[in-house]
Amino acid sequence: MSTALGAPVSVRRLAIERLRERRPLDDAGVDRFLARHDVPIVEGQRCTFLHRGEAEAVTLVHRTVGLPGHLPLARIDSTDLWYVVVELPEGSRFEYQLEVKIDGRHDRFNDPMNHRRAHSPMGSMSVCYARGYVVPEWTQAHPEARPGELLELAVPSRALRRDTHVTLYLPARFRRSARYPLLVVHDGQDYLHYAAMKTVLDNLIHRLDVAEVVVALVDPGDRLVEYANSAAHARYLAAELIPYLEQRYPLQGTRTGRCLMGSSFGAVAALSTAYRYPELASALILQSGSFVFTDIGNDHGGGPAFEPVVRFVNRYRAGPRRVADRIFSSCGIYEPLIIPNRSMLHTFESTGMLVRYVEARDGHSWENWRDRLQEALSWVYPGAQKLFYE
Amino acid sequence: MSSSGQSVVLLGPQRQPILEEVVQSLDLDGPFATITAGWQEREPDDDELDALLDGQSVNLNLYARWHDVLDRDPEYAVADRHQREVLDELQELYLLRLDYALDAVVMLQQRRGSADLRAAAVAEAVEAVRELDAAHLLRIGEVNGEFYERWPPHDRPVIAQHRAAVGRLLEGVTALVVAGGHVGVLVASMHLFNVAAALDAPVIAWSAGAMALAEQVVLFHDRAVQGPGNPEVYGHGLSLLHGVVPLPHAAARLLLGDVGRMAVFAQRFAPARCVLLDAGSRVDVDLDGDVPVGTRVLDLGGAVSVVSES
Repeated sequence: MSTALGAPVSVRRLAIERLRERRPLDDAGVDRFLARHDVPIVEGQRCTFLHRGEAEAVTLVHRTVGLPGHLPLARIDSTDLWYVVVELPEGSRFEYQLEVKIDGRHDRFNDPMNHRRAHSPMGSMSVCYARGYVVPEWTQAHPEARPGELLELAVPSRALRRDTHVTLYLPARFRRSARYPLLVVHDGQDYLHYAAMKTVLDNLIHRLDVAEVVVALVDPGDRLVEYANSAAHARYLAAELIPYLEQRYPLQGTRTGRCLMGSSFGAVAALSTAYRYPELASALILQSGSFVFTDIGNDHGGGPAFEPVVRFVNRYRAGPRRVADRIFSSCGIYEPLIIPNRSMLHTFESTGMLVRYVEARDGHSWENWRDRLQEALSWVYPGAQKLFYE
Repeated sequence: MSSSGQSVVLLGPQRQPILEEVVQSLDLDGPFATITAGWQEREPDDDELDALLDGQSVNLNLYARWHDVLDRDPEYAVADRHQREVLDELQELYLLRLDYALDAVVMLQQRRGSADLRAAAVAEAVEAVRELDAAHLLRIGEVNGEFYERWPPHDRPVIAQHRAAVGRLLEGVTALVVAGGHVGVLVASMHLFNVAAALDAPVIAWSAGAMALAEQVVLFHDRAVQGPGNPEVYGHGLSLLHGVVPLPHAAARLLLGDVGRMAVFAQRFAPARCVLLDAGSRVDVDLDGDVPVGTRVLDLGGAVSVVSES
């Protein structure tokens, strides 16, 4: 191999290549090899995924845009060890599963040799941390961070024709005499369970990265209906939930003290609520928004659930409107929604809204959304860090 | 120097304290008044500070007094909260304008072409930022003036009672020692209880305490999680210190290697000197308001330089 200037450079052979060349290679040799390496084996940008066992075929299955959907693993002669090398750019998080074909039957499962799992309401996936990716330390419980409190509320809704369940986060040292900004989070239970939302809030408030904030974590009934540009959901937030909270808790009660947040369909819910009630909130946090649209025709590829979303996004793009003062938008570059999210930037900015847009080498996942929380929350509700000089 | 003649000693952060040796070098043997309001709820946790002052300190408890006022004078508490909301909004409006004004400076700095023309344009853009800073400070002063006219602190019995108590505690002290923490809380509580007017002793201060003594409080944090923030004028300090902008934790909080950025910082607040207060720093500001030879400052070219004999 050579550089652009012609000078030779040495490329260290991968561990799996060295193993393949070993003669003789037997089960004991494979045992020793596996005992010496964490799987997947990350060597620079090249990550080696492994499977061990008898099979007709083994495939790496994932949803990362840009890579072939199914990556076949090759079997190493004279062994039951299968492998595939995938190049993952620095800082990537890569979720995957293995699919094994035995007797014509396909079985899909998490990688038994990799203890790392990413969880979501859909189940779990194995996850590979490419070189340079580190789980942010502020997502882990910190012994000095005072914990906030979670209250469970039942809020009746005429708009939604049901009693809604809301989890309310009150920051540590909550005082009735203070006035707090409000953050409304769609898919609240998922943010709590899969994005460590409470731990993140406790830590970021403790570190003064984020202002003391009250957070209303809301959840949908029928998500694909309530979050897909639903007038009833918007009315619920604007005319029922937020007034309900502002009457009972010491909230700022002003547009500048309110922010709506959501990911995926939850981001559509936040944006469409702000579209209907532009005086409601001054800031939006939109993570991997399902902002699917069509420029021509109806072939959006999202299926029937996306029909109302596409109609809304098409209408918004045709007549962009200022729905808040500031938007924090983020998306993983390995998810199909990266194109719609990039496309929305100019639409948002054309209305005069201040937009901060962040991309990550990640997919449509709760850990991606978790990892962006520091940037998002500290931008929308910055903490008092700039006021502290110890 | 102080408007009423107090000498002021500014120190760097006191994680590895030099306070004790500073006190000894000044031949101060107490009693000392201390202000730890910047520590907020931790205000009473001052054992270590008291030990450094040989057990001769009395804490003015300004944070606790402030909360006592808010608890016992609910009418004033509501007005105070509203006032803070107004000031917050004023600050947001200023920051919005400041963003664009400083963006213009940076864009001009980065532009190619005639160096002379560019330098003139940059100078005018910095002047526009200075005017914005000055206008903001003036507006804050007006808003605060209107507030104190409507709510004269001396007419509020609880505030008056605390002011008198603070005045008594300050009588006969050999120095006032002001620790760091939340600079907004420090300035507000020192203003409310009229510390400057009741003071007739040298002041030793560090971190936010040093910032609170200046004519204007300038906030800065180039390493904030959301990216470098623009240095911003936050309000009036106690004006016990003239012609100095204290910059505590300068090395940790400022991108000192970004000379262009630092030049704009220094030029915005000139002729005041931007004084770097890192660990181990000691700056004795004399009665003429001059800083001593050897003091580290940001010069107008954006470099860190040392004050020399002129």
